[in-house]
Amino acid sequence: MKEIFVLAEHRQGQIRDIAFEMLTKGKELAEKTNMDLTAVLLGKDVKKHAKTLSEYAKKVLLIEDAKLENFNSEAYQKVLSNLIKEHKPLLTMIGHTSFGVDLAPSLAVDLNLPLATDCIDLEFENEALIVTRQMYGGKVNVRAKVRKSKSYIVTVRQATFAAQKPTMNGEIIETPSPLSEEITEKRFIEYVLPPPGGVDITAADVLIGIGRGIKDENNMPMVEELAKAFGGVLACSRPIVDKGWLPSDRQVGTSGKTVKPKVYIALGISGAFQHVLGMKNSDLIIAVNKDPNAPIFSFADYGIVDDLFKVVPALKGKIYELKGQKA
Amino acid sequence: MDIIVCVKHVPETAEAEIKIDATGKAIEKTGLVFDINEWDDYALEEAVRIKEKFGGTVTAITVGPEDADSTLRKCLARGADKAIRLTDTRFEDSDGYAIAKILQSTIKSLPFDLILTGALAGDDGYTMVGPILAELLGISHATMVKKIELDDGVAKVNRELEGGLEEMVEVKMPMVLTVQTGINEPRYVSIMGIRKAMQKEIKVLGLADIGLSENDVGEAGSWIKIEKMFVPSVEKQAEFLKGTPEEVSAKIAEILRARGLI
Repeated sequence: MKEIFVLAEHRQGQIRDIAFEMLTKGKELAEKTNMDLTAVLLGKDVKKHAKTLSEYAKKVLLIEDAKLENFNSEAYQKVLSNLIKEHKPLLTMIGHTSFGVDLAPSLAVDLNLPLATDCIDLEFENEALIVTRQMYGGKVNVRAKVRKSKSYIVTVRQATFAAQKPTMNGEIIETPSPLSEEITEKRFIEYVLPPPGGVDITAADVLIGIGRGIKDENNMPMVEELAKAFGGVLACSRPIVDKGWLPSDRQVGTSGKTVKPKVYIALGISGAFQHVLGMKNSDLIIAVNKDPNAPIFSFADYGIVDDLFKVVPALKGKIYELKGQKA
Repeated sequence: MDIIVCVKHVPETAEAEIKIDATGKAIEKTGLVFDINEWDDYALEEAVRIKEKFGGTVTAITVGPEDADSTLRKCLARGADKAIRLTDTRFEDSDGYAIAKILQSTIKSLPFDLILTGALAGDDGYTMVGPILAELLGISHATMVKKIELDDGVAKVNRELEGGLEEMVEVKMPMVLTVQTGINEPRYVSIMGIRKAMQKEIKVLGLADIGLSENDVGEAGSWIKIEKMFVPSVEKQAEFLKGTPEEVSAKIAEILRARGLI
């Protein structure tokens, strides 16, 4: 029987959410197409995770090796390439994570199999793979056909499929590691934590989130004053940290923090999923953007389509007026 | 140290309203401003900084139409020494895999120690060209790089992971590194730099020059074939507040006051 492989990504002793999200989608695909769902777990001392994964898949393929202790695309590629050649799964699902994007493209070339990256949906039409992915920062979606193959590789966007409760009782199959030689090209050294900052945005009730629409560092005082008026804190999307206008501990999103304030006011943030994932569960979201089609408006409770440089001073004035104070 | 930087000429869409064109498979490009892909901009800056420290050359390469010369001129003005544009009508509709093959066929005959490119492109977002290029060239790679330290044939690089964490890995040269935004602060281009760049030659190569066949490139040589482009349907839409800035501010203030937030 044909199989669907799901690579169970783990980091620092924890299976990452994306693994369960892909197993949920993988199960749906496997049922529709009458295939088996197999979780692939590679690592060192990861047996305890195999049990957890077995509740989500028909089979768990477990390979333990000290060389697989930390993620290493070179080691992972060798092992996965072996497994795919042996089992010939119709589909191999890998997370579109930092580990996944380091691994999947070279693995696909190595095996001469087609790869579709950052997929937000997948379906089979007579063993032909059709994927949905986003372009232009999430402003448009495309439905694309993947080159016909006996085996496909995809990377799947994080937090796209909701992980469901486990329902299975799969078999755990441990096989010896095929890694005989040392891994020579790439070596993991250590995890690096960013230096702790002075402000904890995850603890704030009111967050003013700023994005690319701020345009110039000279406009920072204006939004800082608005945050002050609210008694809130400034947070931001990636471009603001890249430009060095706010420190990295203020970044909200997949590569920053996840926040859930009482109110999140998004100013000049278009709403790319990387940012939205970090703030969509805020109690109340208000967005100001001049593009009426900006994706942020489908996550906000209230939207204002206008120039933020006009709205911000007016809003600041109104807050002070309500508080009975002068700006 | 000879460094190759692969760059892409892309439309700026973060702030623009975009529409789908008549083919239903692409966006309407007229009226959009094109520039160097943001991630590649950081890769170029990193290349120039490495050259300034260790000596050597920087060659910028792009696959794109004649208009992409403006992106290559920008690279030259910012410190690249040479520029190559790969242009052929048969390159159109190439996905990341086909683009990587075109780049590999060109780069394999050039001297290099290091190849830098952006982690992804802001238009198609494939996030695959760098590591595919590395695999085709038979060299190592690291993606999503936030810091590079070069030392005697190896690089110690910090890769960005999720949630603010990074990992430091050591990679052997020659290699391909794909750069994440924010790795450095790209410099402004001086007027002098622009003038000098205008005089430099941009080498133009086509399909026949790089030894690939028609089936290797374009849609035929790609993994991905776009069937349809559409605006994502929204499950939920914000309630839009209308009026002058003062009026909408009064409405926001009222909403917040009602929730006890002011």
